[in-house]
Amino acid sequence: MTTQSVSVENGVNVAALLGAREALSQAPEAARFKWRATSKWLKGTHSRATVEGFFGLGGEQTHRQPFQFDSDHPEIFAAEDNGAAPVELVLVALAGCLTAGVAAVAQKRSIQLKSVSATIEAPMDLQGILGIDPNVRNGFDRIKVHYEIDADASAEEIAALVAQSQKRSAVFDAITNPTEVAVTTSKA
Amino acid sequence: MFPGQVGVIDVVVIGAGHSGLAMSRVLGERGIEHVVLDRGQVGNSWRTERWDSLRLLTPNWMSRLPGYAYRGDDPDGYMSSQQVLEFLENYRNWASVPVTSDTLVTSVAADGSGYRVATSRGVWLCRAVVLATGGFSQSFVPRIAEGMPRGVQQLHSRDYRNPEQLAKGRVLIVGGSATGLQLAQEVHGSGRPVTLAVGEHVRMPRVYRGRDIQWWLLASGLLDRRIQEEEDPERARRVPSPQLTGTSGVTLDLNLLRDQGVEIVGRLAGIRDGHAQFSGSLWNTCMLADLKLNRLLSAIDQWAARTGCAPHVGPPVRYAPSAVDDRARLSLDLEEEVATVIWATGFRPDYSFLEVPVLDHKGRLKHDRGVISEPGLYVLGLPYLRRRKSSFIHGAEDDARELGAHLADFLASVGSRLRFAARL
Repeated sequence: MTTQSVSVENGVNVAALLGAREALSQAPEAARFKWRATSKWLKGTHSRATVEGFFGLGGEQTHRQPFQFDSDHPEIFAAEDNGAAPVELVLVALAGCLTAGVAAVAQKRSIQLKSVSATIEAPMDLQGILGIDPNVRNGFDRIKVHYEIDADASAEEIAALVAQSQKRSAVFDAITNPTEVAVTTSKA
Repeated sequence: MFPGQVGVIDVVVIGAGHSGLAMSRVLGERGIEHVVLDRGQVGNSWRTERWDSLRLLTPNWMSRLPGYAYRGDDPDGYMSSQQVLEFLENYRNWASVPVTSDTLVTSVAADGSGYRVATSRGVWLCRAVVLATGGFSQSFVPRIAEGMPRGVQQLHSRDYRNPEQLAKGRVLIVGGSATGLQLAQEVHGSGRPVTLAVGEHVRMPRVYRGRDIQWWLLASGLLDRRIQEEEDPERARRVPSPQLTGTSGVTLDLNLLRDQGVEIVGRLAGIRDGHAQFSGSLWNTCMLADLKLNRLLSAIDQWAARTGCAPHVGPPVRYAPSAVDDRARLSLDLEEEVATVIWATGFRPDYSFLEVPVLDHKGRLKHDRGVISEPGLYVLGLPYLRRRKSSFIHGAEDDARELGAHLADFLASVGSRLRFAARL
């Protein structure tokens, strides 16, 4: 592995991350986070979700500002296409998580990144969600992610960055492993 | 010793496996009075907890204990359980190890300035206790097993002997280390279809450049690597055992099993409504294993070139990447399609008899390379305790010598046993 003593700067504060790892291994309660989002229906298939607060380090936390995400369906579904399709947002989340991981692992391994691009493709058979064929699942058939990375490292070291990022990715885990989902309702 | 009897001694060693025998030899050389207790006989787990075809993963020439090397006529072979047992028994006799067998330790508690070791056959009062029960005392089955449908036969690899004990029908084997792969091959060979669920794993060829991979690991110093050299010791200790089999020249890996017809799927992530759910991370776990394998081989090649042994060995090679079926199934109907599940999910140490506050919030022993947080308590034989080879038979000597030296200093510092006995 290339080891550079200075000047690798991917904009990730690895010392802080490692500090947090050390601190949280000593205080497992502080490591228990809760992520939240709210969503409001606007019209048709168009909704707007907001994320702002979350719980962690033993208390309520907030983002620097609220972030909003519009989701809708494309026009070919007779919708207005006011935002990404929810399934596309899943891919966005996966890319965001894996790429953050690539940057963090690269910083830790003293690898200077020059560019990182990910392309994600996820085939889906709509016969599932449309209820045409009960043997077809609703979700993706599979997800293919391709990374093109320019960095001061060998092809093998770059492959190892991406592999390690998957190993430590929350979204990768959430997609590849089953998660209990409980949906409840109340009348407003 | 009989129930109700009390014995007084300097050191009690718990466990008459290779670690306990090695420690006994070291203590004997130092003239330290001790006894080695075992719930059964010497090498008990080799006698009672191994499948029929099992072979050691290290070649015979590597098997050695303090002062005692392999003496057989097949240095490049791999011992069966019976041969391991004979090796340990021969060592016990050669080194005159004071083993008290069929003695189950029920508790270890602080007692004055020493310890009280209660057993099924009386009590020992001692200055120091060495835990040599190893890291593999209890079979480990993940909690998701609770969701298993009733009609499915389940067993842990510890209770597996041969395929004949299994019902006809598909066998789901959970675990991608040496055990899982070996059982997958054997069970598949018996005519039962096999699905093998594989999580993170360590891939290794049996023979590399004409030499056993263990030769390379030993010669290049990788097996002597110290735990304090590891950036993340906890993680280094958790690395799964490599996919190896004790058959000359045979590399057992996922590609071979796949070619033979074993179905490879991702890590068993859950059981729901009678269906096993497999992780979609198989691609990544295989990629990680391939990358690590190539890093290991590169390190070996560099060492070979640097030390000049390269001309005497074969040329460097690289192996085909792990073939992953991108349509690997993500679920399996256990009730309909599976007759038996074998958990090749490993073991955990058993510290339930310790009545001394030496476990952390996760039930792990608090120790520094075998020196437990309470003075006079020691552990050895755990994976990567001090060196990467710590849990291997050949790894026992160095650890036993170093911990034995520490223990001798400790005994010297707390004074003679006679004063201790006089207190009674």
